[in-house]
Amino acid sequence: MLLGPSGCGKTTLLKLVNRLYEPTRGRITVDGTDIHALPAPALRRRIGYVIQQSGLFPHMRISENIGIVPTLLKWDKARIATRVDELLDLVGLPPADYRRRYPAQLSGGEQQRVGLARALAADPSTLLMDEPFGAVDAITRTRLQDELRQIHTRFRQTVLFVTHDIEEAVRLADEIVVMREGRVVQFATPMRIVMEPVDSFVANLVGANDVLRRLSLVSVSEVLTPLAGPVGPVEPRLQRAARLRDALGALLESGADRVVVIDDDARPLGTVDLGVIQRAGTRSGAGWPAEPAVGFSGQQGSV
Amino acid sequence: MPGLGGFVAGDIGTGHDRVAARLTAEKGYPDLMGLLRDTLQYIQENPEKFQQALSVHVRLSVAALALAILIFLPMGVLASRNTRVGPSLLNAVAAIRVIPSLAVLFLLYPYLGEIRRLIPFLQPTFALALLALTALAGPPLVVNTDAGLRNVDAAVLENARGLGMSPTQVFFKVQFPLALPVVIAGIRTAAVEVVASATLASFIGVGGLGTFITSGVTLLDNKLLLVGAIPVTLLALLAETLLGAVERFVAPPAA
Repeated sequence: MLLGPSGCGKTTLLKLVNRLYEPTRGRITVDGTDIHALPAPALRRRIGYVIQQSGLFPHMRISENIGIVPTLLKWDKARIATRVDELLDLVGLPPADYRRRYPAQLSGGEQQRVGLARALAADPSTLLMDEPFGAVDAITRTRLQDELRQIHTRFRQTVLFVTHDIEEAVRLADEIVVMREGRVVQFATPMRIVMEPVDSFVANLVGANDVLRRLSLVSVSEVLTPLAGPVGPVEPRLQRAARLRDALGALLESGADRVVVIDDDARPLGTVDLGVIQRAGTRSGAGWPAEPAVGFSGQQGSV
Repeated sequence: MPGLGGFVAGDIGTGHDRVAARLTAEKGYPDLMGLLRDTLQYIQENPEKFQQALSVHVRLSVAALALAILIFLPMGVLASRNTRVGPSLLNAVAAIRVIPSLAVLFLLYPYLGEIRRLIPFLQPTFALALLALTALAGPPLVVNTDAGLRNVDAAVLENARGLGMSPTQVFFKVQFPLALPVVIAGIRTAAVEVVASATLASFIGVGGLGTFITSGVTLLDNKLLLVGAIPVTLLALLAETLLGAVERFVAPPAA
């Protein structure tokens, strides 16, 4: 996840990877091979690319848009058609309804889904995403982020994602690169960035002083108090993937003393009370591991 | 044409309208419908002459348009891609625009011999008219092709490259298709101009529908004038409508 203010060089860095910009010096490798070992078009066909406002080609049908890279790779027609339907299903657009439409006949969120499907078409091991959800409304954005997370969990591509939205970065990233004026100022997990910003620039950018943001980085399962005794039927329940921020919300809303953390089969695992949340919320942040697994589960070197 | 000679000498300089009005009265044209009936009757009575003229007119126009597309469309592509040559090319084309086609015809008329040697397979006057009309069709083609190609969103083109298209593929699969409606609009403008101006070819004896117009004017015969003018108008409208339909067809669908 590349994070930073406008003009800090996030997009430039991204475009260096698929050689839309050429480096003046230095070396970039993707999957261990130098990106200059291949002709640029061949390299780009192996790297998925998604930009803001989808960048769909208005004169091509949805199926043609998604099939671009497979067509460039000279797959046969039947294989492309199958792949297109598969991808439309993956991004939640019924193929029968969508394949023959044109981009202008889709909403912004749907276009962005198609943009993602197009990038995934030839099953690239690396995805470059340049503020892909920057132009859609907040509700759609959250939904698309969740879907991206699911897709990533399933296929485990390396994703290089540009954003200026700290919420998005924290929500999706395994690791965040904070950039300023063309330089990397910090490279760490979202947790570390928020808890231990290297300077006041990073602290301001990520809102490190925002206690609720810090709470949103810690999952309840990391800090829960193991169960001692039975739990009441009316106590609020939370899934173990929920964050402390959710726990605080549940406490405030229900007026209960503690929330019960449950596993996927609704079995209680432990409890979280206000004291736990308070300890986690203090800046020194005692009581939880320094590098917990947050963001994408099943990460594979995604930045 | 009995009865005409008497006032032609005296009135020819005073404006065709007045003459036409008198002609109408004298020859007993009761109304416009009568004039149109006579026009139609003339065409019916001289089908070969009319078809011959129509055929020359259409062949001349189509040939000029086709030749112009072959020459000037690539020129527009060049103008859009080459930042050094582009602007001067567009200026040159704008300069061509101010030269009247009729002037081209008369200026080049003395060189028919050279034209015959250069283009031996065509009638020299036809070839000369073809050259003049091709030049006439040039500016809208170059200007529209250039503008259409340059107005394609740069982000879309970069995205096409980012997906792994070669420069040739970016041009033929994305940039040109997206510019096509504007290019076709240029062809449409050119076609209308060519069809209308092909009437001038009759001045150097090529034939075409202009022959009737020229004769009609000289003989002060409105019916004859319309035998040329109405089909030319209809041809121009036809070209406009057909190419307008093509333009809409190639435009990417909106919501």
